[in-house]
This record gives sequence, C-alpha cells and structure tokens, in this order.
Amino acid sequence: MSTFADHTRSIRRAAVSLFLAAAAYESIARSGVFPPSLLPSLVAVAGALVDGVLDGSLPAHALATLYRVLMGVGLAIAFGLPLGILMGRFRPVESFFLPLASALMPIPSLAWVPVFILWLGLGNATAIGIVLYAALFPLLLNAWSGVRAVDPLWLRAGSAMGADERALFWKVILPGAFPFVIAGLRQAFLRAWIAVVGAEMLAASDWGLGWIIFDAKEFLRADVMLASLAVIGMIGFAFERLIFGSLERVTVLRWGMVRTAKR
Amino acid sequence: MQSIKAALARASKRWGEALRTAFPFVVVGALWEVAARLQIFPARLFPSLESIAAAFVRLTISGVLPHHAADTVLRLIVGFALAASIGVATGVAMGRSRLAEDLALPLVSMAAPIPGIAYAPLFLLWFGPGNISAVLLVGFASAFPIILNTWTGVKAVKDVWLRSALALGADGRRLFHEVILPGALPYILTGLRLGFAQAWRILVGVEMLAAVSWGLGWMIFGAREFLNTDVMLAGVAVIGMIGLTLEKLVFKPIEDFTVVRWGMMT
Repeated sequence: MSTFADHTRSIRRAAVSLFLAAAAYESIARSGVFPPSLLPSLVAVAGALVDGVLDGSLPAHALATLYRVLMGVGLAIAFGLPLGILMGRFRPVESFFLPLASALMPIPSLAWVPVFILWLGLGNATAIGIVLYAALFPLLLNAWSGVRAVDPLWLRAGSAMGADERALFWKVILPGAFPFVIAGLRQAFLRAWIAVVGAEMLAASDWGLGWIIFDAKEFLRADVMLASLAVIGMIGFAFERLIFGSLERVTVLRWGMVRTAKR
Repeated sequence: MQSIKAALARASKRWGEALRTAFPFVVVGALWEVAARLQIFPARLFPSLESIAAAFVRLTISGVLPHHAADTVLRLIVGFALAASIGVATGVAMGRSRLAEDLALPLVSMAAPIPGIAYAPLFLLWFGPGNISAVLLVGFASAFPIILNTWTGVKAVKDVWLRSALALGADGRRLFHEVILPGALPYILTGLRLGFAQAWRILVGVEMLAAVSWGLGWMIFGAREFLNTDVMLAGVAVIGMIGLTLEKLVFKPIEDFTVVRWGMMT
C-alpha cells in the first residue's frame, strides 16, 4: 500500500516539477529580458510544432531522418552481427579484427563527416555512412562478447543431446548471445541518433530533423528549433520504450533469461 | 640459465603478441597503399599513407597540429569538469532527498534522450559562436549519464551499511564521506566514464559547428574546403590516438586505484 502512495506522490511531484519548470520558463520568456526570437514562449513553440505537423514538413523531415537511421543501423547489423559472431567463434578472426576495431572505436563518428562528404558527396550516402560507422562498433563488440559469454556447459549439454554444429549455433549460441546483442542494438541506436543529427547539420541536405534545427538558426527561429528538439526526443523515447522494450519481451524475457538481460 | 631461458620465452611471447596486434594494421595499410598508388580514386581524395604521414609531420613541426590538439583537449577537460561537478552534485542530491528526486527526475529524463549535438544550434543562438557555446554544450550533453548513474549508485548503497554506520556513531558528514561516497563510487565512475565518452563523441562535431578558431574538429572541417584529405586523415588519426590515450591513461588507473583496491569490483 505504501509503495502505491509513494508512486502517486512521485507522479504528483513530477507534474508539479514540470509545471514549475514550464512556468519559470514562460515567465522569463514573457518578461522580455531576452528577445522572443531567442527565447520563444511555450505557446509559440507549440504553435511551431502544430504548424510543422499540419503542413506536413515536420513528418517529412522526421521520415528522412528515420530513413537514414534505419538504413545505417540496418547495414551495421548486416555487417556487425555476423562479423562479431565469427570473432566470438574463431580465434584467427578475432585476432585480426579486434585490434582494428579497438583502434577505430575511439574515433567519434562525427570526425569522419568531412572525409565522408569528400568521398560520398553531400546528402543521404554520407549520413548513412556516418550512422553505419557509429552503430557498427557497439553491435560488433556486443555480439563478440555475447558469443564468448555463452556458458560452455550449455554447449556441452547441447552436443551431448545430439545437436550438430548447426543446431548448436541456432538453438544455443544465438539465443545465448541475444541479451548482449539487444544491449548492443540499444547502444548502437543511441549513437546512431547522435550521428544522424550531427551529420545532417554538417552535411546539409535539405531534409532531416538535424538539418531544420540548423537551418532555423539562420532565421533566428528558436521556436522551430525547440519544436524539432521535442520531435527528436519523442522519437528517441518511442524507440527506446516501444521497440527495444517489446523486442526484449518477445525474446530474452520469454526465454527466461531476464537476469542476463538486466545485467 | 633457467631464468634466462624463461626471460627469453617471455620476451618472445611479448614480441609474438605485438606482431599479432600489428599484423591486421599492416594488411589494411598495404591494401590502402595499393588502392592509393593505383589511383583507383583521385589522389586528392584518397592520399597515400606516405602523404598522410608527411602532412602529420609537417603540421606537427610547424606547431599547428599540437595547437589544435591542445585546444580540443582543453575544451574537453573544461566541459567534462563542468559536467562532472554539476552531475555528481545533482545525482547525490537526487539520491539522498526524495524531494530533489521527484523534482529533478522528470526534467532529466525528458532532456536526456535528445542527443546533445541537437542542442548545438540553440546554444550557438543563445551564447554566440565560439568557445563558450562549445564548452557549455559539451558539459550539458555529458552531464546526463553522470547524473543518472550517480543517482542510481547513491540509491544502491545498502541500507544495512547506513544503519550500521549510524549505530557505530557516524555523523552525517562521515556517513557521506565514508559510506555513501565509496559505496556509490563504482556507479559514479561508470557514469563519469560514459559522460566522458559522450563528451568526446560530440566535441569534435561541436567544434565543426561552433566555428572555434582552433581545435581538431575545426581543422578537419576547414581542410575540406581545400580538399586537403591528407590533413583531414592526419587529424582523424590524432583524434583516435587522443581518444585511446584518454581511455587507457585516465580511467583505467582511477578504477584500479579506487574500487578495485577496495575490493568492490575485480
């Protein structure tokens, strides 16, 4: 019972906190200390958000960004997962690719933007390439450590029960490594999200949420910026909660590997 | 005799390991060099390793590259110090006081999922282009993992430890310094590490956007105008080296000295 009371109190206080923050912001914005073009009122921000959604420009920008993220992360999955699994299974593959990965990983993906612009031109290819670079390493390293973390006892039990190499891979190793893979996917998505916004700002390509935020600076439209920031936050939140949450539920939670997944 | 043999065996083992680590780089370097020499891509866009190294040496001797690197590292340190002090203080307050938690958590969890670099134009608009925007943005973006991890760590301190310390007569100050802080330290260090990685990841991008006059990000971005791909790649290599050095030199030792020594992590 007390936990329930705690819970409602937390919600009430959260509402109060958000309300206070909004009121403080609004009073500063309305006081006229700062020009409204730099610090727009929340009403103006909401107006910009509604305008953008109604004339279809915000959804179009969001779709362009999502396309780049999904393509980049998709490519990173296509390369990173198989390579990571091979690295976990075979020593020579590991000793060849691990030094390369550890040398490339500390380079932030955004450092490659100017190089990729020269190689691939402005636009989608550069943005997708940057997202691929950002998402590749978390996936690769998590798949690798996931495969290595599979309990050898499970492998021996599997072969004792007559599983061949193929069955062992699909029924034991892959599910065993899955909690790590999901963790890697989450991390990859977070990094991809940073990378896509930065790449869109630097490799201006007329579309994308990063690009409108950057473009709005030229026209001193802080309301458009804040509205787009809100959209970015909502998409990120939706991905984290809906997609990864349900992915976890239908896989590792159902297979009874909750503890491993939580670690 | 025996010890010499053992030492030799150890040395050869170490050499073998070094060779094995170097091997992939040699292969990739050779492939790169072949592609560059065959001029599959225009040499301006795909310079040979030799010209990248030459650019590196030239810029280092003239002092341009060290100046850029020093400014980047300085910005990183100042921004991160800002994030660490504010982040740990906020996290501890949230972990210790119910009121602070309820008030701050909604705001933190609303702002945290937005990638830091997305705030860059807003900061540029508010604080003008240049150093102040860059440092504040790096600090702002890297504060979130620090806040969230510190908060979790302080909440994870076992109740039994607190009660036994109180029963042994610790006052609030000693409780904080000798129980709560060490107890939460593994989490705080994780948060600092994540925050640092975050700061490092966006700093280069911020330098490109904020039009600072020195900094590796700016150097790379500026080199694009003149198609100086060799300068760009030398800059990227320096960025990678700095990142690797920071990780190995700064965080490993801190972890070994504190939490591992106290036996809280292995």
